[in-house]
Amino acid sequence: MANGSITDNTLEWPSWTEVADALSLSDYNTMIVVLGTTLLGIAAGVVGTFAYLRKRAMVGDALSHATLPGIVIMFMLVGDKHLPALLFGAAVTGILGVLSVIGLRSFSRIKEDAAIGIVLSVFFGAGMVLVSFAQQMDMGSQSGLDRFIYGKAAGMIKQDAVFISVTATVVLLGVILFFKELRIICFDQQFAAAQGWPVVLIDLVMMGLVVLTTVVGLQAVGLILVVALLIIPAAAARFWTDELRGMTIIAGLLGALSGYFGSTFSALLPRLPTGAVIVICAGFFFFLSMFFAPRRGIFANLVRRYSLSRKIAYQNLLRALAEMEEQFGEGVRVPFDTLLAHRSWTSARLRRLLKLASRRHEVAIDTAYKSGLTRSGRTEAVRILRNHRLWEMYLIKHADIAPSHVDRDADQVEHILSPEIVHELERALEHERQIPPSPHLQEPAL
Amino acid sequence: MNEWNWAGDGTVMLVGLLSACACALPGNYLVLRKMSLMGDAISHAVLPGLAIAFLLSHSREPLPMFIGAVAAGGLTALLTQAVHRFGKVEEGAAMGVIFSILFAAGLILIRQATDHVDLDPGCVLYGNIENIALIARIGDIPSAVINLAIVFVINILFVALFYKELKICAFDPALATTLGINANLMHYALMIIVAVTTVASFEAVGSILVIAMLIVPPVTAHLLTDRLWVMIPLSLLIAAATAVLGRVLVVFGPGWAGVDVSTNTAALMAVLAGLFLFAALFLAPEHGLISRSYHRLSLSLQIIREDILGLLYRWQELDVRRTHPAHRGDVLTAVGDSLISRWALRSLLRRRQIEVEPSKKPGDDPQFRLSEKGMSAASRLVRSHRLWESYLEKHFDLPLDHLHMPAERVEHFITSEMRDELEADLTEPGRDPHGREIPGENRA
Repeated sequence: MANGSITDNTLEWPSWTEVADALSLSDYNTMIVVLGTTLLGIAAGVVGTFAYLRKRAMVGDALSHATLPGIVIMFMLVGDKHLPALLFGAAVTGILGVLSVIGLRSFSRIKEDAAIGIVLSVFFGAGMVLVSFAQQMDMGSQSGLDRFIYGKAAGMIKQDAVFISVTATVVLLGVILFFKELRIICFDQQFAAAQGWPVVLIDLVMMGLVVLTTVVGLQAVGLILVVALLIIPAAAARFWTDELRGMTIIAGLLGALSGYFGSTFSALLPRLPTGAVIVICAGFFFFLSMFFAPRRGIFANLVRRYSLSRKIAYQNLLRALAEMEEQFGEGVRVPFDTLLAHRSWTSARLRRLLKLASRRHEVAIDTAYKSGLTRSGRTEAVRILRNHRLWEMYLIKHADIAPSHVDRDADQVEHILSPEIVHELERALEHERQIPPSPHLQEPAL
Repeated sequence: MNEWNWAGDGTVMLVGLLSACACALPGNYLVLRKMSLMGDAISHAVLPGLAIAFLLSHSREPLPMFIGAVAAGGLTALLTQAVHRFGKVEEGAAMGVIFSILFAAGLILIRQATDHVDLDPGCVLYGNIENIALIARIGDIPSAVINLAIVFVINILFVALFYKELKICAFDPALATTLGINANLMHYALMIIVAVTTVASFEAVGSILVIAMLIVPPVTAHLLTDRLWVMIPLSLLIAAATAVLGRVLVVFGPGWAGVDVSTNTAALMAVLAGLFLFAALFLAPEHGLISRSYHRLSLSLQIIREDILGLLYRWQELDVRRTHPAHRGDVLTAVGDSLISRWALRSLLRRRQIEVEPSKKPGDDPQFRLSEKGMSAASRLVRSHRLWESYLEKHFDLPLDHLHMPAERVEHFITSEMRDELEADLTEPGRDPHGREIPGENRA
């Protein structure tokens, strides 16, 4: 930007060779920065997993905003050259902020959400007051502070990157070392306490790791958005697995990818705040996971739900035909309208189901659009009807539910009865006959 | 700078006051509904809305900005709900995910916007209360004052018209639904009001300090009262006080402190709000730390005093021939020697409920006896204890060795009416399950 005119501050899109150079880390400076943010991403993802599982994610937000006064005070004392000193100040007021949240929550009627809001805004306000003092002390420009607010990875020098890398490694080692302890307080704190684990101490270790990660992340991501690096990869990783070790690894991986792509892009587009770019990358991975993760993703859920509802509707069709046969004799051909009136289903849906059933050769449909069970269809239909009746009988006999009330319950349960449960039902009801009679026919006429 | 100038300082103060009050109104409901962080999320997430409105309209006219911000605010609430419900992500985390992504997008968009019009990203965070009070006037009045005044009036109308609905939704959304109030609709209406207020205050106080305006005065008011209709005006009063005091301090503070610095009024308002909260935290009449520890201390003092009286009563009951006097050391050991038990002993002496027996040797540990006044208090306590033991034995079938502890805890809170009821209920009111005499009611 140095040789452009002052008024020309449009984005300069980089050429493809520049993109390739940046992504392959051929430039030494870029490599340093990218390495630093990638390591940071790993550390934040891993630590964030625990914060996320302990529902402490938003405490990180209060923490990161509370670092501002500390940074400014150290900035006024030592200038902006000594990164470790600034980060030390950040850690001190950050911890103070977390302690304030805990104090407000436990010693007053203030709820956690309000405590977080109070701490982050009041500490930030105090930081702003100090910033306005610092500006008048002729301490040089405020840009030294700006990089902590919005993040400016491109401004990192080698020592900064080394510092970040070392801290990230320490954090990772901490997590590996205390993995068992962290796991136990994430899932069952009372159990951990009852087993004699020093719960408070472990909690402090965890918050310490969060503080370290946050403080180191300030320069790369900025204090407003550093919380995103703790939350988003962890929340995204949760979609992929139900197991803590796997979740930690995936969160670290997603954090690393966000850090890597974010810092490369922002090296290419130096006018964009790094933090924002990294967060957008993380957000991309989050939505990717939320929609497409194999078991917990939204699409997987939709598919599962759709196939389940289709299976239920299909079984309902077979049972309806079985009930018809029971009433009118085996091999009966049922007209479409009779079938339609039998249950509350739309004619379009019923048509689709019939088509499916005839494709599976479980229902035969003649030219007058009358349908009846085939031999293989009958076996399945009788099984379903039998499950339905068994459950009805069970409810009437053992749960003391009126015969007029059992149909709906059985309607829901019949589809998911396993053979073992059916066997137990048979035993409990001592039912020898093939299909128990419908309880609704035995009701005394009023 | 140390001169108060109504045209300048007065306007800045007015802008601060209007934005603080406008924020505090919906803030009350955010705090009560435990949705304070929604204020945080929305105030961050309106940024892309502003930026897009800005890029589309190429102007800083208030109307497109408002529309953009309201859309973004509504979107935040909707997306948070969607991620929470469909992604099964915990609500706080869902909020964090959505608002940080939106804020990041906003920052990037604003970079684009600043290429066309002067929208300073720094302004987004800190606001610029000093400048906006002076620029952009409509006639004689700065436009910020007009915008904020309109929003404030809208908020007042919203709260006044839907007071009942908001109240029920805040305390019991399920009840609200059964009463035919659409709790969901009220939720989104509140979110939109918060978004509108945030946008109006944005220029003045920035996106982070606006959280202080939304949350801190209502929380402070909530510490001071349990009534919603008191809490709302109180929060407005506190908000107004931060604005007035904030500007006064900015103008006169440096003169008082003897230094030549100036500071940001909005940031100072946030700090002042924090200080008010801190003061309320300690000094609030009922929920304050001081009054709560006072009540706790006086309760434990009372309990130990009564324990000592009960102890001496039982001592004298057993020691009929008065061969074993109760030494001070014995009493303190029995109730647990601590600062507070010594204090209780002194206070009993001062109340003349116990008296020091003349000891045989000078310099001996003093010996205590119940005075007549102390005897009647002690017999009431022991009566409560033994009646309760009998009651437990009769109705709860507890073994004999399990009766003492629960009675020991409850005896301090049994009134004379309860003692009468207990007595009427028992078959043998003269003796407790251990065979000891239950003293008669001593009506002081």
